[in-house]
Amino acid sequence: MSQNINSRKNKSSFSDDAQHPQIVLVGQPNCGKSTIFNRVAGYHSVATNFPGATVEFTKSHVKVNGQTCDLVDLPGTYSLQSLDLAEEEAKKFLLTQRIDVIINVIDASILGRSLDLTTELLELELPMVICLNMMDEATRKGVLIQSSKLAELLGLPVIETIGSKGHGIDELFRQAFQTIRSSRQSHHRKMSRHVEKVVQELADYLPDCEKTGHRKNCRLTAIKLIENDPYFQKRFSPGVELKDKVRKCRKKLQTAHGLPAEEVIAAERHSLALGLFEKVAKIGRPQKSWKDWADDVLMHPIFGYIFMALFLYTFFNVIFKFGALIENPILNFFNVQLNQISHYLPKDSFLFNLINGLFQGFAGGIAIVFPYLVPFLLGLAFIEDFGYLPRIAFLMDRFMHKIGLHGPSIVPMILGYGCSVPAVLSTRILSSPRDRFIASVVSVLIPCSARMTIIMGLVGYFIGGTAALGIYLLNLIVIGIVGTVLSRMMPEDIPGMILEMPSYQWPSLRVVVAKTWLRLKDFIVIAWPLLIVGSIILSVAEWYHIDALINRAFSPLTALLGLPAAVGTTLIFGILRKELSMLMLFQALGTTDVSTVLSSGQILVFTLFVVFYIPCLATLGVLLKEIGWRKTLFASGLTIFIAIFISLLGRGFAYLVF
Amino acid sequence: MLTLDQIPTEKYVKIKNVDGGTWVKQRLQNLGIHVGESIFVKRGTILGGPILVRINNSDVAIGRGMARKIVVSEPENEPKHK
Repeated sequence: MSQNINSRKNKSSFSDDAQHPQIVLVGQPNCGKSTIFNRVAGYHSVATNFPGATVEFTKSHVKVNGQTCDLVDLPGTYSLQSLDLAEEEAKKFLLTQRIDVIINVIDASILGRSLDLTTELLELELPMVICLNMMDEATRKGVLIQSSKLAELLGLPVIETIGSKGHGIDELFRQAFQTIRSSRQSHHRKMSRHVEKVVQELADYLPDCEKTGHRKNCRLTAIKLIENDPYFQKRFSPGVELKDKVRKCRKKLQTAHGLPAEEVIAAERHSLALGLFEKVAKIGRPQKSWKDWADDVLMHPIFGYIFMALFLYTFFNVIFKFGALIENPILNFFNVQLNQISHYLPKDSFLFNLINGLFQGFAGGIAIVFPYLVPFLLGLAFIEDFGYLPRIAFLMDRFMHKIGLHGPSIVPMILGYGCSVPAVLSTRILSSPRDRFIASVVSVLIPCSARMTIIMGLVGYFIGGTAALGIYLLNLIVIGIVGTVLSRMMPEDIPGMILEMPSYQWPSLRVVVAKTWLRLKDFIVIAWPLLIVGSIILSVAEWYHIDALINRAFSPLTALLGLPAAVGTTLIFGILRKELSMLMLFQALGTTDVSTVLSSGQILVFTLFVVFYIPCLATLGVLLKEIGWRKTLFASGLTIFIAIFISLLGRGFAYLVF
Repeated sequence: MLTLDQIPTEKYVKIKNVDGGTWVKQRLQNLGIHVGESIFVKRGTILGGPILVRINNSDVAIGRGMARKIVVSEPENEPKHK
């Protein structure tokens, strides 16, 4: 589940694309593809990843063994049936892009299952190299593989590797380049006679599959049409006559084998894979290791939860403590610089306002990124690569059911505590659009690290730590209610989770850093520029005294919440960047000691409103991309409604308590 | 009819049928859960939580709703040979 979060659109910046061979890594999730990718790409060049709209894969221009190539890391896929977004990306790439050689990465410890994908890849009839990765894990699990036998049976090079240690990688790429030079194609494995006959019958009938560009592979097209593959049906758009032919072929398979046609094909592939596996592998005695008993504790119905609670508590505590420690010096540094400038420029000049806006936006970004986001993302990448996230999903499944979601939806929620942008992007790991929508809405309601600075800086500082903790608890309750309501409104479309629990692995530092950097890029590329531009625009607006107009426009709201009219503008700032509303609050009130101007109740109401209302501009950007404008609009409206409602509750509470 | 969600912890069962749509069947097959395979229930469902099974060297968590669609044989203490 972890591997898809990082996939990125690539806009190739290399104009001389055609000169470099394109090597494509394909494999099932958790097979160690990305480890191999990062090991190679990390050495010689910066990966060219851009967050983008549709195509999601990582591509890098690399030099291995003195040869240059474009290396593509496709999202992990179990099959070419595309049951979720990531799988669809992989499939689309394999069917439409230029590929000089496929490296099929296999987790050798689960060779049996992995060969299902290999058999399917062989149907593409592209040059291919097999990479038996995680050989150490296979030995530990007692899986003994004769790789030379496998190579002989498939007619392809088979290379044993241990990606995390870099073993065998050089040889792997040597073989890949060798395969490109010899332009040796791979060949499909024959299914049983009757099935082959029906497939061939349809393939012969296909009028011009040569022209449709599906690798000029009539057999593949025929199989996919028999399987009722929606992608092929759409791309190939069979006419009435062909549709009829497909239906007849399906019928033939169904009557002969007593199963729906697509299941017949799936069963054939599986038996091919099983046949291969039995010829090349023996199962011996597994070695005992800590990995076996770790799950007895970490997934235990009681101790599992205790450990998880302790772990998450410590995790967030360390990050918040660490963040607070270095945030102030960073902000101070920028304030000192700004003061320096004010010696040369009058404070009421247009230019100073412009520079001030630029500084605030720039510094705000740094003050969030370094203290909170970097340690959060590093820690997250670590627990992700260690394999703990799926265990959390397992433990949380039954609770997520209460809000109509499944275990894996916990991932965007955890990410949401860092930054809503990667949180929304991570909803791609969920297979149903409904779950992606609900999880997106729920994860933007979670107080991100920017909103955390407000909770800590206002409520925590002026009212007390317990009150700050109270806001977090209240937030969880609100999320529970919102999730329940949304999931009641939208009927469930998948019956439950099915999730692989990967073996625990000690994460490699290189991969952890690479992952962190990729996610950080989401923030730097999407969020930061928006912060800077927004901040400048508002500074200019202030210089022209537009803020008075804004305050007047907002006065019904501020009056309703019992706040001074001057905070109206700060709410606009909050849409740009959540933590700006606090900085601007200081500016609007003319003091950092807010308690001299606002009562405790007003501080509480202000904080509650800012925590819940409209996600920031950067988050709106990714929401738009992920769930479309209608649902984004709905989410924004919903959050405003919740914010007003909760703030009013807070006002009532403050009236009674303070 | 016995389904996977009713199987106690630490038992072996053989999958007899998957009572679900194509999506469910494919998802399960992708993770190696095919009709006829023998699987080991590492952790049965507690209070509606998911169930954890071991199949061909890999651990797979299956939500209870999904487990209810998997028809299995009587639980055994030892794996039946495949």
